[in-house]
Amino acid sequence: MPYQEKRKLGRGVAMVGAGMSKFGVRNGLSNRELFVEAFEDMKASVDKGIDTKDIEALWVGNCGTEIWESQLVVAVLCAQWIGMTGKPATKVEAACASGSAAVRQGIMGIASGMYDVVLAGGVEKMTTLPTNDTTTALASGTDISYEASGGFTFPGLYAAMANAYMNEYGTKIEDFRKVGIKNHDNGALNPNAHFSASITDIMGKQIAKCKERGQSVPNWADELEFLDDPVFNPVIAWPMRLYDCSPVTDGAACVLLVAEEIAKDFTDNPIYIIGSGQACDEALHGRDTLISVPAAKIAAQQAYEMAGVGPQDVKMAEVHDCFTVAEVMAVADLGFFRPGEEAARAAGEGKTARDGIKPINTSGGLKSKGHPVGASGAAQLVEIFRQMRGEAGGRQVPNRDIDLALTHNVGAHGTTAVVQIYERR
Amino acid sequence: MTVEYNPDQKIPHPAMWGVLYKSSTPFWEGVKNKKIMLQKCKSCGNLLNPPRPMCPKCQSQENEWITAKGTGKIYSWVTFNEAPHPAFKAPYAAVLVELDEGPRIVSNMVDVKPEDLEIGMAVEVTFEDVAEDLTLPKFRKAG
Repeated sequence: MPYQEKRKLGRGVAMVGAGMSKFGVRNGLSNRELFVEAFEDMKASVDKGIDTKDIEALWVGNCGTEIWESQLVVAVLCAQWIGMTGKPATKVEAACASGSAAVRQGIMGIASGMYDVVLAGGVEKMTTLPTNDTTTALASGTDISYEASGGFTFPGLYAAMANAYMNEYGTKIEDFRKVGIKNHDNGALNPNAHFSASITDIMGKQIAKCKERGQSVPNWADELEFLDDPVFNPVIAWPMRLYDCSPVTDGAACVLLVAEEIAKDFTDNPIYIIGSGQACDEALHGRDTLISVPAAKIAAQQAYEMAGVGPQDVKMAEVHDCFTVAEVMAVADLGFFRPGEEAARAAGEGKTARDGIKPINTSGGLKSKGHPVGASGAAQLVEIFRQMRGEAGGRQVPNRDIDLALTHNVGAHGTTAVVQIYERR
Repeated sequence: MTVEYNPDQKIPHPAMWGVLYKSSTPFWEGVKNKKIMLQKCKSCGNLLNPPRPMCPKCQSQENEWITAKGTGKIYSWVTFNEAPHPAFKAPYAAVLVELDEGPRIVSNMVDVKPEDLEIGMAVEVTFEDVAEDLTLPKFRKAG
């Protein structure tokens, strides 16, 4: 069967608007209300304006409104609430990669020539259930019969990867913790983040709480000592502690995608999507390796080939840090750092800080910005859009022209991965 | 450490959770008879766990079942301090065991201290009747 080895988009696709709701515990707000909030933020970002009636189709990434709101057809409901009734509206589900997978549908919608202007994003309302019920609900993203029956949860699956990683490379738990410290430092500068607080800020709050309650005041020498304190940072699934895990978050995000030839009708500063890759993989027991996410490597290879660039060309990236070990694997799978000590130590050595050689997760990442599972992938594009246009405020990458960037979004424990590459011309 | 279940909670039978009942029945029948059964592709010899109707390597739908020795080594592990489901009582250890025949299986470790768990540890299967109608395969340190 003849087929093309290297894929190109049928025509160019540009991102001309991007917006997100505030991430966090958003009591009283449903999926639809969160999506409207993201949509309003997106509209405000389109320099020359967008009339909703010109948007031809909608894709919404979402994991489980069935579970958290007993509600199907979330994309249709979002369409109704933003004034897109009558247009095609489709939910896309790929566990925690749902948001990126939805954006990819939008890219294909434009590249195929079927549409000129589309909206794609994601939404998740997760805080309607107690934490244990949400953990169980999320475990439905595993192979329920063969993984969950052993009592594996998502923190557990990533902990098994962390144990395998440390066993293979001799890296230390502290290396993972430093990823969390870095991402909280970034999140502290993001007003939309679930935790707009550094680990140092959180330590201060805990000390204040102890004083208020008349309890003995802890005396941590530094952030690592706080993160080693089992009282304040309890073990969830060894070696993953509470602050190694992304939070349960409500939120929404969306982007406006248009055909390249009409991009300048919307803004003089569009961001072009030049590469997109996606792959799937076996569950944990069928995986070739636990010290890498093979699907992410495949997706990255596809995206790099389509874009005609390599890891060295990428100026910054938003990667899927659902657990701290996930970022360590991501920066190696994407080819930024060698797997093992170099990847594990990148955060601690400042290489992935905002002013480092390869800024990673300037938004705060899933760890600090929050992880509304269906929205997280779309929110990565929001950060890229702002950073590439110099609009990221206090967390703007300093002294660097961000003309090429990348997003990396993983579904479940690596059973789906979506990688996309962006260019500013 | 062992795996404890909360007797007040009805544990759903793993084979009933998904839509895998037909494919996986020989596996669970094997467990009931204290054996680990592995599906083997008649065409290419590929061993499959979990069982499924079609060999993903050669697409053959002809398969047979073999009895695994029940020995292997820990491929990775995790200990939980929080139980995700009320049926489990924390703390407990979940493991990914690489069977000597090759396939990996998700299970739990029994009779082991958490600090003794390590990748590569030789293990052997043991079977636990966790409910009247449910037996699960578990692993313990070999020898």
